[in-house]
Order: sequence, then C-alpha cells, then structure tokens
Amino acid sequence: MLTFTRRRLAAVALVAATALLGTTACAGGDDEAAADGPITLTVDVFGQFGYADLYQEYMASHPGVKIVERGTGGNLDEYSPKLTQWLAAGKGAGDVVAIEEGLLVEYKANPQNFVNLLDHGAADLKGNFLDWKWNQGLTADGKQLIGLGTDIGGMAMCYRTDLFAKAGLPTDREAVSKLWPTWQDYIKVGEQFTAKKTGASFLDAATNTFNTILLQTAGNANGYSYYDTDNKLVVGSNPAVKQAYDTTMDIIDSGLSGKYGSWSEEWVSAFKQSKFATIACPAWMTGVIEGNAGAGAKGKWDIAQIPGNGGNWGGSFLAVPKQSKHQAEAIELAKFLTSAKGQIGAFKAKGPLPSSPQALEDPAIVDSKNAYFSEAPVGKIFAEGAKSLKPVYMGPKNQAVRTEVENAVRSVELGKRSPEQGWTDAVANAEKAAAK
Amino acid sequence: MAVQLDARPPVAPAPRPTRPGLGNRLSRFDTKYSPYLFVAPFFLLFGVFGAYPLAYTFWVSLHDWDLLGAEHPFIGFDNYTQLLADPDFWHSVVNTLGIFVISTVPQLLAALWLANLLNRQLRARTTWRMAVLIPNVTSTAAVAIVFAVLFGREFGMINWLLDHVGVSAIDWKANRFAAWVAISTMVDWRWTGYNALIFLAAMQAIPRDLYESAAIDGAGRARQFWSITVPLLKPTIIFAVIISTIGGLQLFTEPRMFNSGTNAIRGGPLRESQTVTMYMFENAFAPHYNFGYGSAVAWLLFALIAVVAAINVLLLRRLGGGSRKEVSR
Repeated sequence: MLTFTRRRLAAVALVAATALLGTTACAGGDDEAAADGPITLTVDVFGQFGYADLYQEYMASHPGVKIVERGTGGNLDEYSPKLTQWLAAGKGAGDVVAIEEGLLVEYKANPQNFVNLLDHGAADLKGNFLDWKWNQGLTADGKQLIGLGTDIGGMAMCYRTDLFAKAGLPTDREAVSKLWPTWQDYIKVGEQFTAKKTGASFLDAATNTFNTILLQTAGNANGYSYYDTDNKLVVGSNPAVKQAYDTTMDIIDSGLSGKYGSWSEEWVSAFKQSKFATIACPAWMTGVIEGNAGAGAKGKWDIAQIPGNGGNWGGSFLAVPKQSKHQAEAIELAKFLTSAKGQIGAFKAKGPLPSSPQALEDPAIVDSKNAYFSEAPVGKIFAEGAKSLKPVYMGPKNQAVRTEVENAVRSVELGKRSPEQGWTDAVANAEKAAAK
Repeated sequence: MAVQLDARPPVAPAPRPTRPGLGNRLSRFDTKYSPYLFVAPFFLLFGVFGAYPLAYTFWVSLHDWDLLGAEHPFIGFDNYTQLLADPDFWHSVVNTLGIFVISTVPQLLAALWLANLLNRQLRARTTWRMAVLIPNVTSTAAVAIVFAVLFGREFGMINWLLDHVGVSAIDWKANRFAAWVAISTMVDWRWTGYNALIFLAAMQAIPRDLYESAAIDGAGRARQFWSITVPLLKPTIIFAVIISTIGGLQLFTEPRMFNSGTNAIRGGPLRESQTVTMYMFENAFAPHYNFGYGSAVAWLLFALIAVVAAINVLLLRRLGGGSRKEVSR
C-alpha cells in the first residue's frame, strides 16, 4: 500500500512538474551561448538584398561572428507586420533589420525601439550617402539616426523585346526610349501595341504604374505626395496625386493593363507566361523580374528610359533594434553592409541601386551590364539619374493611405468603380485610414 | 435503588485515535488532492494560453494602443463605439457569415451522407474511412495556395473548365459572391471528411435492432436514415455545428491565402472576401498597427460566435424535437 501511494505521489509530482516545465519552457532559450563562443547576428530582410557574398566576406574577416539571414525573397507585406510585432513585444527581431522607406516614417515616430546610430560614430559616415537618403534616416528633430541607407529606387521601364518585335515596334533600347518621352506617348505606344493583338497586355498592373507616376510627379513638383511636409494629409488637395491618378485612368481607359494585381500569384504567372510587355521598374525591380520570369526569359527583357522625368520608388535602410543583445557588433555589420563596397556588392548580386555617391561613381557600377536584360547597361541607366533624383516626402501613415489609394485604382481597373467613384473612394478611405 | 432504565450496555470507550502514520497521511492527501493535481495541467495551460490572453485583449481594447507607441492612453469603450459604426467591420461580418452559411450547411449535409455510406458493408472499409480524412491532414496554407491557383482569373483551371462548357471566365477574386463560393469549396474540401468521421462514430453506437425492427415495419433506407439515424445523431450534430461555427467564423488562412499580392489582408480592393479575423489583423497589425482597435474587433468576434452558436443550437433543438419522440416511443 505504502509503495503504491508513493508511486502515485511520484506520478502526481511528475505530471505537475511537466506542466510547469511546459509553461516555462517557451520563456527560456533566448540566451546566447557562452560569451567566449562565436556570436550569431541575425539579419532580417525582405525581397532580394543580395548580401550572401558580403556575409561570407565579413565572417572571414570577423571569426567571432556568425551571420544568419531571415526572410529573403519574402513579401514586404508579410515582413513589416512581423517586424512591428517583434519591436512591440521587445523580443524576436534580428540584430540588424531592413526597413523600407515607406515604413521608416512610422518607425521614426517611435525611435525608442532603435539604437541611435549617431551615438556610435555614424555621423562620420554622412558623406557616404546621398544627402536626402541620409536625412530620411534621421528623426524629425535630427537627434537620432534610425537607419543607414541601403538602396534607392531610380526608375526605368523594363520591356520585352520579343513582344515588341511581334507588335512591329522597335526593340533597340535607345529607339524604345525615344518612343515615350511622356506618359501620353507611352499610352499611344500602348495602343499601337494592343492593336496588334499579340496575346499580351501592354503593362502588368495599373497600381504599379500609378505608384511610378505619382512618385515621379510629386518628386518633380513640391516633393510630397499624400502628406505635406507638415504631416498634414493632402491626398485630395495635392495636384500631384490627382494628376497621377488621372494619367493612370487614361491608361486603364485605353485598355492597356493586364490587371494582374501586383505581387499576386497571377502576376507571377503572367511574368512566366509573358503576358505583358512593359513594367515600370525601379532598380530593385530588375531582381524581381529575373526571379519571376525565370531563366527561360533571359535575354528577352531589356531596359529603356522611363516616360516623364526621373523619380524614385522605394529603397531601404538597415537599423539595429534596441532589443539586440549584440548592439556593437550589429552596428558594425550594418555599417559594413551599407558602405560603398557593401552597396556595390549588393548591386552586383541582385540589382538594388546604391544610395552612396561613391558607389554610384564607381566603375563597378557605372560600367555594369545586366546579362538577363540583354546586356543592358544598368549602371548607366540607373546611376546616371540617381544623383539628381528628387525624393518624395512620406508622412506618418503613408503605408495605410497608399494602400487605400492603390485599392481605389485597382477597383477602377477591375471595372468595379468609375474613375470618379474611385477618386471619391480614394480620398475618403485615405482620410479614414489616416485617422486610425 | 434506582433502576437505570436507560442504562446502556457498558461500552468500552473508543480508543483514542493514534497519530496517523506517515503512509496513512500521504494516502489521505493522495485521495483528497491528487485528482486536482491531475486536472491542474489543463487549467494551468488554459490560464496561460486562454484566460490571460482573453483578459489582456479586453484590457488592450480599452486603450488607444499604437503597436509601436510608447504610451497607450485609456479611452474606455471608444474603440467599441467606433467599431459598431464602422461599415468595413460590418462588411467583413457579412462576408464571414456568408462564407460560413454556404460552406457549413452543404458540408454537414455531405458529411452526414458520407458517414451513412461509410456505415454500410463496404469492401476495404477502413481504407475508405481513413481516406476521407486525408484532406484534413494536409496543410491549410498549401490547400489554400493550390485552390487560389485553381480559381485564378486567367490561368486558373476552374475557368479553363468553365470555358470548355461555354461559360465565360469568372473573376473569382474580384466578385464578392464568387469569392465566397471559392473559399467555401476550400473549407468543404478540408472539413467534410473530418465531420463525416465524427458522424460515423456516432452512427455506430446506434443499436442495430432499431434498424432491423424498422425494416420489418417496412421502412426503406431513406426513411430509416431520416427517422432513426438523424434524430439519434442529434447531440453529435449539435457538437459538429458548434465546432464548425467556431471554426467558420474564425476563418482566416483560407481567405488570406486565397488573396495574394499587395495588401492581401484586405481580401480584394473592395474587401470582397475579407473575413472578421482578417479585418482584425488589418487593424491590429499592418497597415494600421492599431492594437486597441484590433482587440475590440476580436472581442466583438467572440460575442458574434457565442450568439451564432446559441442560435444554431436552438434551431437544431427545435428541428429535431418531434422526430426524436417518434423513435423513442
């Protein structure tokens, strides 16, 4: 009897202990290995940053550091909520995190989550970045530097030479660039293309083109789009927004869009099946095109000038969250990756255009050609305009507002709304989103 | 000399209880408390993973809680009043209920029918029974991705098949009702077999002599099914309905993966297939990062599930009531 009871007691104790263990097990485990072992730095990215070779080089020169990258190829829409959750929870984020420029404004509003890079000698690096790119990384009061610039999004127009040939259009990039000095010319070319019934649309999605036109128009006008520089929402009153919207409506009205929702499964399939002939491509898009269209389309793509004049879409920063346990090492890695050398390495790997003036002048960039895009002189095409590029200011709820306007454009594209209704929706929903 | 009438036979005084030995005390402790210890793990886990998040979510919902912000001012029930007047929230409620109805009703009927078939004498019975569960063990995300491709506007197989029978292509993602149907097929594909197995288990507990006497009375298969099987299955059907209600109203993965591309959480440019959980995510996380508002959505969803489950149970009780008496007579 006694032994039986003891055994049962032991069982009870075991069950209780297991339960306790079960509940506490998830709390532990984030302590790094012993201090004398190599430390692991986690880098969180999205899309294609092209850092793989740079990591190897860095690890070779820093034997105490091991680098792990998470999130390559991932969608920004999936990445940003995760990063925000990690920051809000105070744990989980990598030691170095990539932040897209549209989201940076929101993170800048809460700078306490990040290490102030100015406290770690970043001020000396100012000359390594284009002025506006450097300033974007600073908080409004200029006292904290959240992130170091990686790339910028100088614009071009990527097109398929095989489809252009089929439609009887010129295929040479110089000749193609001359076809469309303005967006109205682009629409005319599109109409010619469409009339030839190649089985492909002229462009992928109205929203992509809209973003391009907006950032270009706003950059050339007053330098802001949805918010003015006092952070007042001006979606409905900024002529740049309405002008970009109207141009996009003309494109939709001419039936040029393939309506493949950007970044959707259908969009990716449309790349593979060569279902559209042109796509507005900021420098970072070249890597996306190559990834989506695949090796089979190598040499069928080429790059021409963007209609209109210049423009910048996208570009990112590297920041170090305060929750990182290896801040000093992480800062050093971020500095390395955003150095001119690091930016050149990334450009060569996956195409993001450097934000460092030194890198932009480097022969490695200026003379570079992209084999996938019919040996197009990408360095020349993208780097030339980059130094004169005018950035667009982004306000606090830029992402949420942009989402509303994009959705309004898409609803017109899909025939669910008239252009007038779409515009009313865009303004009303943007105001609602900004208030949330 | 007094007679003691009430004299009791002399009884030896009860021996004073000696101090119980260690073993004895342990054994008493054991019988008294160990059941609590045995059930404790569940309640501990429920407390940590169920009750605490529930209470915390409610607390959050009473604040203006920017996910990244350093300060979270208390605002009482403002989030709730704002939410009740939010047309996008009600739009997502309608979507959720719509998808729920057109997926759950056919699903449970099909499961019932399937269970009835599986309950007969079949060759390789176990194989068939296991086979209906296969869809359930596949990953929801994988299923959703495959279905999203099948239901593609231009490259999808469904539209390709429709084209062969002369139906023009349907834009499954941009048409609200079509999107509901597409998502419902995903849900049905995944859960019909699961419910069929539950129904089957319950069917096997029905005494065979009921069917035998019914057969002697001249009842056909269909009559037996509706007059014996279904009424006796009522508790199981209620269980299945409640489980489906909870799952159906929390639908997230299928509609989320059905939509892809920029801001898929919105379920299409005009929120064609955005469910309540997606709306919650859109507000609590990207692009709004308004944790308080998202939490308020979560609580209203909780209330909605409770109400819908209660309505379902009441309806089922009423529906099954008459026929049950008939059988038990």
